[in-house]
Amino acid sequence: MTKVEAIIQTSKLEAVKEALHDAGVEGMTVLEVRGHGRQKGHTEFYRGREYTVDLIPKIKLELVLPDAIVQKAVQAIVTAARTGKIGDGKIFLSKVDEAIRIRNDERGEGAL
Amino acid sequence: MAKRLVFGLVLALTFIGPRMHAQTASPSTASSGSASAQEARIAKLEQQVADAKGSADNAWMLTSSALVLMMTGPGLALFYGGLVRKKNVLGTMMQSFAMMAVITILWGLVSYSLAFGPGTGFVGGFHNLFLRGVGAAPDPDYAATIPAQTFMVYQLMFAIITPGLIAGAFAERMKFSAMLLFMILWSFLVYDPMAHMVWGKGGLLNASLGGRFPCLDFAGGTVVHVTSGVSALVCALYLGKRLGYPKEAMTPHSVVLSFIGACLLWVGWFGFNAGSALAAGSLATSAFVATHFGAAAAAIGWSCAEWIRNGKPSALGAISGAVAGLVAITPAAGFVGPMPAIAIGFVAGAFCFWMVAKVKARFGYDDSLDAFGVHGAGGTLGALLTGVFAASAINPIFKDAQGNVLPSGLLEGNAHQLLNQFVGVVIAWVIAIVGTLIILKIVDVVVGLRITDDEEMQGLDLTQHGEEGYSWEVTA
Repeated sequence: MTKVEAIIQTSKLEAVKEALHDAGVEGMTVLEVRGHGRQKGHTEFYRGREYTVDLIPKIKLELVLPDAIVQKAVQAIVTAARTGKIGDGKIFLSKVDEAIRIRNDERGEGAL
Repeated sequence: MAKRLVFGLVLALTFIGPRMHAQTASPSTASSGSASAQEARIAKLEQQVADAKGSADNAWMLTSSALVLMMTGPGLALFYGGLVRKKNVLGTMMQSFAMMAVITILWGLVSYSLAFGPGTGFVGGFHNLFLRGVGAAPDPDYAATIPAQTFMVYQLMFAIITPGLIAGAFAERMKFSAMLLFMILWSFLVYDPMAHMVWGKGGLLNASLGGRFPCLDFAGGTVVHVTSGVSALVCALYLGKRLGYPKEAMTPHSVVLSFIGACLLWVGWFGFNAGSALAAGSLATSAFVATHFGAAAAAIGWSCAEWIRNGKPSALGAISGAVAGLVAITPAAGFVGPMPAIAIGFVAGAFCFWMVAKVKARFGYDDSLDAFGVHGAGGTLGALLTGVFAASAINPIFKDAQGNVLPSGLLEGNAHQLLNQFVGVVIAWVIAIVGTLIILKIVDVVVGLRITDDEEMQGLDLTQHGEEGYSWEVTA
């Protein structure tokens, strides 16, 4: 099992969700987050004063997937979330030891 | 069918009725006794015409009173509330709302008498304490066609919003108790004397009731905006900056709230300025039109300046510009036509942008919501420009002993008026500075002005009122 954490532009959530469904992903957790990478945010003006907003709103998707569909899912996210500009986000993959379904204590990939 | 028949009958009677009456009355016109009867009828008719005019004026003045109250709540409360951070939204709105309650009571007990009762050139006396003698009969010195009580309640709405404006300077850091005490003392020591001087019977600066320096201030450029704006600057300097200013970003938590507030202020301002005609006649129309054109031009003026300097015209800029224009046109509203109003508004919009974007940054004071930059600066500019553009064709306020109309402003050749305006502005500045400093010192000693650093980090809502403006609970 692999955990996929994808940080994407807020405007790309719908497209990524659709692409993941097409790739056979059945569940996901979506979080509204703030952060910055190398680009360091943008500037805003209020009554002539400049403010740097360095923590920009982003969407973070968390999915735990059977290894068989991980690459397909990652490709779906990359294709759907890409605009080609700075700030498109990142994807992190990590191994997951165990999954447990709370309803019936089912274990392993069957619980996903 | 039956309804239509009845309607026709009534119509017929209304036409025939007077004619029958005229026929029966005509034979007796020759006799001498009927002349006095006719005079009595004319007198009765005149009384009815006066009553009708009184009702029309009163309707407009009561409407205006409600409009001006709307400027404080929700107008100013939303405008300021949106500009602060989330944790201070209720505390800031309460600063406006508290004025609606507290100043109202004070006005009834003492303040109306101090501002509009007979007294010296500087302040009224105790003649109208507890609103004694302020009833249904008009006070011809102020407004001959409306009940004195209407005049009283209309002026009360001005007394409410004026201290409310100052709150923009000490936003996010003043104790609620200190704010209340400050506002009460300020109302007595600064507002009431200033209102008396400009508008009260025998006031030093009163233009229509023979003041020593007749300063043209139609709806409160000096009385409301210069006094509150300058007092705001004094407060900002005395209290010091907010924790973390200017290093930390303190951006408005909801420009949307401010937007609604500013638009309500714009609408309410028609009551403020056009209502200051104290009647429903053509002068009210003139002031209404000047107000609207001034606000529109100022929104454009600020936006242009911002667009050129920062590359984008912001929504906050546009609404701030409109408010600045409304401030600047306030003293001029009943003295200038639409075209000078556009000029005053446009200049005020650009000037106030420069004040808040450049001057504030240069000197580093934390006038948090720009009460001085908009009201102090815009009010001063407007008061002086009133002396330039005032036109006797709009409002023939100055007359010689024979009743001939004299020129009003600089453009009509009355250069002296600019000096009178300057005197009015200087007096407003001096009263505001001295009065506010004394009051701040008293409040500082009695209850302490600022909340603690810890409370400031938690916000006014929790520490001063024990509640929060927004619920962030995940569960319903």
